[in-house]
Amino acid sequence: MARRRIFKVGYRQRQFLGGLLFTFPFIIGFSLFFLYPFIESVIFSLNELQLDRSGYTLIWKGLGNFRYALLQHATFNERFVENITDTLSTLPMIIGFSLFAASILNQKFRGRSVARMILFLPVILGAGVVLRMETSDWAYIMAQETANANYFAGNALRQILGMIRLPDAVVDYLIEVITGSPEIIRDSGVQILIFLAGLQSIPPSVYEAADVEGATGWEKFWLITFPGLSPLIITNLVYTVIDSFTTPQNQLISLIEQVSFTGAGFGVAMAMSMMYFGFIGLLLAVIVVVVGRFVFYNV
Amino acid sequence: MTRLQKKRLTNMIGTIFRVAVLLGVSYVIIQPMMTRLATSFMQVEELYDQSVKWIARNPTLNNYRTCWVYMNYPQALFNSLTLALVVSVCQLASCTYIGYGLARFQWRGSGLLLSLAIFTLVVPPQMIRIPLYLNFRYFDLFGILKSQPLNLVGTYWPFILTGLTGSGFRNGLFIYIMRQFFRGMPRELEEAAYVDGCGFLSTFFRVMLPSAVPGLIVVFLFSFVWQWNDYFYTTMFMSTKNFLPQALETVASKAAQVIRATDMVAVTSGMVQDNFNTVINNAGMIMVITPLLIIYLFMQRYFVESIERTGLVG
Repeated sequence: MARRRIFKVGYRQRQFLGGLLFTFPFIIGFSLFFLYPFIESVIFSLNELQLDRSGYTLIWKGLGNFRYALLQHATFNERFVENITDTLSTLPMIIGFSLFAASILNQKFRGRSVARMILFLPVILGAGVVLRMETSDWAYIMAQETANANYFAGNALRQILGMIRLPDAVVDYLIEVITGSPEIIRDSGVQILIFLAGLQSIPPSVYEAADVEGATGWEKFWLITFPGLSPLIITNLVYTVIDSFTTPQNQLISLIEQVSFTGAGFGVAMAMSMMYFGFIGLLLAVIVVVVGRFVFYNV
Repeated sequence: MTRLQKKRLTNMIGTIFRVAVLLGVSYVIIQPMMTRLATSFMQVEELYDQSVKWIARNPTLNNYRTCWVYMNYPQALFNSLTLALVVSVCQLASCTYIGYGLARFQWRGSGLLLSLAIFTLVVPPQMIRIPLYLNFRYFDLFGILKSQPLNLVGTYWPFILTGLTGSGFRNGLFIYIMRQFFRGMPRELEEAAYVDGCGFLSTFFRVMLPSAVPGLIVVFLFSFVWQWNDYFYTTMFMSTKNFLPQALETVASKAAQVIRATDMVAVTSGMVQDNFNTVINNAGMIMVITPLLIIYLFMQRYFVESIERTGLVG
């Protein structure tokens, strides 16, 4: 009976019914546990929230919370700028490294499975507990040692790089890349996975054709691999930014948490995270649009 | 140089380069783990003995014993395991179901729903933290439940409800992964099932789901690991229960308090206290991540292979 009914309704209705049947949990979850809290947090950012035993009351403040965060709070502006520049400067490093690592791991060599296992370890260990402990206790023992090593390494590098007369900004960036490399490596686990999946999806016949034509490895990379992976660069950019929200090293997020529980209150904290989220969202949109122009679809 | 020689030379350079890079990267990843493992067997005094770098002179299991007791390890392990399993099973079920719906049924809202799923990813969870907390603290479904609002904080319900509706931690990503996966599967499979008289649900459960195992593994592993390491949601919804990350965070200070109370000379100066924290934390850390490592060891081959086939790529 049920079957007959399904075939009686038109194709359009069928698609609609099936779609609704399979997505209704998301519609419920999205509205209850995302949209509703999201709208509330927008409301909270315009109010002062006071908790009491039976619930909470709101006191209208308009844009007061935003004004307070921007003009009066001691460190918000500074942390905000720091956070954004930090995110922007590590993005290309993470994307670059994960692309590089994925193309190495995609080659055939002995011990590949071991190498993959090790490189994906950060996916398992990179989040949460390990990092949290690192920020509290590990820093203590290692701080001096690595700081010294980095300082000397940085100085030596600076001299070498100075000899080839690179602009100072470039030198600074390179040094940041080199001294920050452990963090970069640790933060690129998932990105490597995504690129690796992409590499697998490029048909080998394309490479064979290139071999017949006598292409070098370099040409093959820039003309086949890179365009093939370009849609994933956007995916990875977005993922990297999302990932930076939940690392305990995110100074701005910890500032916001601190403000919401011990400082100026929920309203201000909400206003701060609204600004943070809004800016990041804008940034992501710009990046996606700009990078999207160079993306090559349909390999 | 002949062409063959040239080719062999470039191959050799390539190999050397690859080995060097992989060794370097592996070192960076493994070194902190090894240092932790080494430190966890040391006694407090050996931390400032310059001649002890890697291997403890008098290896001791005392740190592990302390952690076992003060973390209440068996209980914390049980709690963490239960929660991670509950959460990952719920999320796996819902995200697979929703992902299939987004992959196969084209109607006016389907594109919008996908972009909404991605939007939930881009909003930091901290932003909706407080409203979400209040939502579960005074749970009344927008006043649909007429009775006294329920207090769901401290129960598994927040995890189950968000998990079953695809709105848990990074569930947008899981929905996206599963959608991409189902899109890559041949349509003929379903059409055959429909012709044979299957409805929507039986097609999904009997035909599509069994072929989706690689995708399921990836989503399950991510979900399990992120819940295991999670600090954010457990402190928000279940702050009184003992989970491994929370237990780890307090173990050193708890142990130190007890030792200080019983033995006045043991922990006196700040330096000793810091070193004590270090050895205890390292042992505890090893104890927290070992179960994850075991799971990873068993699943990694499957994991890496299946992520290649998930068509995460689209």
